[in-house]
Amino acid sequence: MKRITLALTALGLAGLTGFAQAAPEGDAARGAEVANLCVACHKADGSGMNMDAGESWPRLAGLNATYFAKQLHDIKNGTRVSATMTPFVNMLDDQKIADVAAYYSQLEPTEGQGGEGIDEATRKRGEQLAERGDWSQYIVSCKSCHGPGNRGAGTVFPGIAGQHAGYIEAQLKAWKDGTRKNDPQDLMGSIARRMSDEDIHAVAMWLANQNAGSK
Amino acid sequence: MIRTFLTVTLSGTLAFTANAATNDERTQAYIDQLTSMGFPAPKENQLVHIPPTMADLDEADDIHPEVKKVIRKGYDLFTNTQQLRGENVFNNMNCSSCHLGEGRMPFSAPIWPAAVTLPGYRGKNGHVNNLEERIAGCFTYSMNGKPLEYGSDNMLALSAYHQWLATGVAMYPKQPIYGRGFPAPERPAELSYANGEKLYQDNCAVCHAEDGSGLRVDGQTVFPAPWGDMSNNWGAGIVRVFTAAGFIKNNMPLGQPNSLTDQEAWDIAFFMDSQERPQDPRYTGDVKETLEKYGPTFHKHSMYGQVREHDGKVLADHDNTGEKPFLKPDAVRPRNFE
Repeated sequence: MKRITLALTALGLAGLTGFAQAAPEGDAARGAEVANLCVACHKADGSGMNMDAGESWPRLAGLNATYFAKQLHDIKNGTRVSATMTPFVNMLDDQKIADVAAYYSQLEPTEGQGGEGIDEATRKRGEQLAERGDWSQYIVSCKSCHGPGNRGAGTVFPGIAGQHAGYIEAQLKAWKDGTRKNDPQDLMGSIARRMSDEDIHAVAMWLANQNAGSK
Repeated sequence: MIRTFLTVTLSGTLAFTANAATNDERTQAYIDQLTSMGFPAPKENQLVHIPPTMADLDEADDIHPEVKKVIRKGYDLFTNTQQLRGENVFNNMNCSSCHLGEGRMPFSAPIWPAAVTLPGYRGKNGHVNNLEERIAGCFTYSMNGKPLEYGSDNMLALSAYHQWLATGVAMYPKQPIYGRGFPAPERPAELSYANGEKLYQDNCAVCHAEDGSGLRVDGQTVFPAPWGDMSNNWGAGIVRVFTAAGFIKNNMPLGQPNSLTDQEAWDIAFFMDSQERPQDPRYTGDVKETLEKYGPTFHKHSMYGQVREHDGKVLADHDNTGEKPFLKPDAVRPRNFE
């Protein structure tokens, strides 16, 4: 028991300090091998899969490598909770995380799923929230942090255009109910908590229909 | 109390009586939202105005389609002012970088009051300014740029956007305006550069960068630069520490207004306004002389020409105009009526 506790503590610390220190340089070619662990769900092209009534597997292709690596570290050290992902990230050391992040970042983004058949009212509301926000409820637009076209900004704010609707919806709900909180300074959480479930659905559907942009 | 506001915001509309109850509820919801975010409720005699949204514009059946086009162009210029980069704008700012909510948010210098209070006397330049000249001021200082030509298509569009946002408000209102400007919290006894720097790195740098350069993506500004060549110049209102403190307290971090203490907001403002930026277009060629000339009306609130305590640097003692290839635009000139 004592040994397990110690080992876990060591792992946790290793994860934290590993990230605080200079992250190892990722190698996309080595990352392609690491990705063998991921393809069953996230697919060979990194497209993942939308599930209307289940846990959607996010598109990984084209995600910023630094953001991607941080998520894996966060899942490993418990600051982001994912029962599905935990056994996989536990197989990865810092180098493998950097490598697999480098690999997926250079794949061509695939199309978002789950936004098919969006009705006009949902489309309009989704577009408003993503592009202009709704200041009457102090919901700032997605693009004010996620950048032009919501294709991502820097290493902290991931591209969300062309991500699967089911995944975006689940994540926003997780922020809203506090089960996900690994964003810097509660920037996402504070917005998500002001969003109704209908707003979350609308913006997720709209974003899934947007172009993630090419590499 | 609310009925008083509504007589102002809806004056002249026939629907007033029929929709009074709905509008009361709408106004109350608007105020409730703001107070839940930590903003003060309006005082008894204050004018509360809820500016229309772009969705309202789409639906309005009493606005000529050509007017709608002009207002939409104004909105587009306001939220993507970078389309004028190299012509009228020489830094990374958009109008909406400081005037949040597309110029509609109270406590974030909403822009509609300019449309109903001008022409008016402006201490900053010592003469009467109209709406166009006020907008020209923003371009001169905050955008480190060259104002749109008076009467030009773009100036018409930006003015139209301001005036449309003021729809229903009487000209020269007698009541004080709720949420006008960037109301500053009370100035604490001491300001700390070191604490401001630490707070900036902890709270602001994730978006605005450790070196204050902000973040651009695909040639567009995501997070504006709080200082440096791509920021506002030394003549912009936000170089006054109280204005910056008000902006920060009321608006930052984005989505979390009033989350910083008054001391924290002032310390960050003091730190930010103690960094270099392009020269004030009113620069005479000598920082001391410029300070003497514009100190009484403006720079007494800024760090312009002051010695920075921790390293002894004299702020703004340079002739750097950033990306802008000139110092002073021609539009900056006095007006006199004898």
